[in-house]
Amino acid sequence: MLERSPKEIRKFILQELKPKGPIFTPFNVITAPIILIGIVLIVLRLWKGLGATTNLSQDFPWGIWIAFDVMCGVAFAGGAYCLTFVVYVLRNEKYHPIIRATVLNGLLAYMFYAGAIFLDLGRWWNIFNPIIGNKFGYNSVLWLVAWHFLLYMLTELIEFSPIIAEWLGLKYLRRVLSGLTLGAVIFGVTLSTLHQSGLGALVLMAKNKIHPLWWTEFIPVLYFVSSIFGGLSMVIFEGSISHRVFKYRIPEEVHHAHPSILLGLARGCVGAMFAYLFLKALVFVHGYGWRYIASPMGGWYLVEVLGFVLFPALLFIRGIRRENFTAIKVAALWTMIGIILNRFNYVLIAYRWYLPLSQRYYPSLIEIWITAAIVLTEIWAFRWVVNRMPVYSESEEEAAVADRSLGVTR
Amino acid sequence: MDRRSFLKALGAGVLGMGLGPLGVRAEERPGVEFMGILVDTTRCIGCRSCEVACAESHGLPVPEVGDERVFERKRRPSTTQLTVVNRFETEKGEVFVKIQCMHCNQPACVAACLVKAMVKRPTGQVTWAKNCMGCRLCMVSCPFDIPKFEYEKAIPEIKKCDMCWERFKEGKIPACVEACPQEALIFGPRRDLIHEARTRIYTHPDRYYPHIYGEHEVGGTGFLYLSAVPFEQLGFQTNLGMKPYPEYTTGFLYAVPFIFVLWPSMMLALSQLTKKEEE
Repeated sequence: MLERSPKEIRKFILQELKPKGPIFTPFNVITAPIILIGIVLIVLRLWKGLGATTNLSQDFPWGIWIAFDVMCGVAFAGGAYCLTFVVYVLRNEKYHPIIRATVLNGLLAYMFYAGAIFLDLGRWWNIFNPIIGNKFGYNSVLWLVAWHFLLYMLTELIEFSPIIAEWLGLKYLRRVLSGLTLGAVIFGVTLSTLHQSGLGALVLMAKNKIHPLWWTEFIPVLYFVSSIFGGLSMVIFEGSISHRVFKYRIPEEVHHAHPSILLGLARGCVGAMFAYLFLKALVFVHGYGWRYIASPMGGWYLVEVLGFVLFPALLFIRGIRRENFTAIKVAALWTMIGIILNRFNYVLIAYRWYLPLSQRYYPSLIEIWITAAIVLTEIWAFRWVVNRMPVYSESEEEAAVADRSLGVTR
Repeated sequence: MDRRSFLKALGAGVLGMGLGPLGVRAEERPGVEFMGILVDTTRCIGCRSCEVACAESHGLPVPEVGDERVFERKRRPSTTQLTVVNRFETEKGEVFVKIQCMHCNQPACVAACLVKAMVKRPTGQVTWAKNCMGCRLCMVSCPFDIPKFEYEKAIPEIKKCDMCWERFKEGKIPACVEACPQEALIFGPRRDLIHEARTRIYTHPDRYYPHIYGEHEVGGTGFLYLSAVPFEQLGFQTNLGMKPYPEYTTGFLYAVPFIFVLWPSMMLALSQLTKKEEE
């Protein structure tokens, strides 16, 4: 059934592996050494242990690898489940031009950021224990999250696989894989709902360690809702950069659709943000929040909620009203900083808030360096795929065949 | 692992994914009950014999006792000291308190563990095993901050009191209990210890503060404490509540099967609703 022989495919892949375009660009020259040193540091970390490379302690068992790489990385990858839902379940064609890039971003984010869990595991050689073996701790929220990460990576791979088949010129396979998309999307949205909220559920048992303004039974719901606007903000942010950097890969009509897509995404963000603020207000009132608000932590809470959720939501509204795209992009970035603050609060800042500054956790240089290397490697991987596979464009004929199998018209 | 147990485990895994957990309980066997240790702080003289015995029986560095200066600061159990004795100045004078893992009836660490490395034994001991991944969620979850991670080692372990599980299997009582010259520690079935503690409070109301710490805290713990003064004065957390910690996650985990069933069916319905007629 293959239109191309395995030998031809192998030859094609080998050819594609070679770098395209100039090698010594400023970006490459700066980032390559960071990544290379990062790889050395990762080996050092796995060889020497956590104490030798991180500032983790008995009081702060989790650092930025969990708070930033995993918790923020996964929230920012939320755009993929939101947009696949809109495009494939609600069949809204407006976002079709960016769906492939968003799914690719989600897939890579899970591979690299959720993959950062591996670095954080003190006994990393046991990483497959929750998946294989007979010791399933299915009482554990983390067991659920671990399985969901794995399954979600597979569903995103299935969602992205038609593009890989297209790249390899395998038309029949592409049609077969396209037929799996709707099922994969539905499964993926379900998994995302559960593991986005599951990441929040991880800290539920840290009840006596998390400041009462942050700890609530509804942490999972808050994590889920914030992953919607966090993920969509990431799509706005990433899209704005990609549209400049990969301009030569993006067809004219997609380029023209971009402003209206940005406006739509911004509206989606605002909706989710006000839902989130409403939930926050409910939790605040039911948790007797005003008892704690007149304190340094109370002020910090207001900075997070008003300064980094309400304010960017208003900025989004202003941007939408005036079609001011700079305001929308700034609001997206601002929202993302708010997500980082929120996740850091649950793991690092409002976590054991009662400890003095001298006993608190501050990331080590190695932790920061490895995190930077992971982010940059993800960008390299994204660039590699975009420069080779039809991420922003699809041939008309291919698209028509795929759409018919999905029941989509355009 | 033979094929049958593999299939069973696989089946449990697939089911578990959908169904989620039903709380953490040790398997129930008739005639087996949770063991515990009653700590009567009114009898403790701060000799630290328990620390020495604990270190010896677990192959850890044996602490120098006799140096009073260790009491100048409040110590916590560590990777090399699974139990420590602290001194408190109270309204009734100096009081010594031994701290270690509380061996909760429904432990947060066990509920947190995704590989069942942390286990609540049918006889009440909470123990750790080497299939641990080192994710440290047990440390995040424990209300008493007990599990300690060996950060400095390349092959680290989680260290905590196991109520001398190995000795228990040989029919011996925990090392600390055996070593205590004051009989401040008693080992026995948790139920009997509660009776004993109540008896002491009722027969000596002048001597004891009328509360058994660990009887109801976080759903009950294997270690039970008696004191002459309110427990706040001895550094105990008295605001932990009576709800077992794993129950804080059951709300989320019970939602899992509902979402697993409702989300796909609703999305399938929605996609049917939005399906356009084929030309």
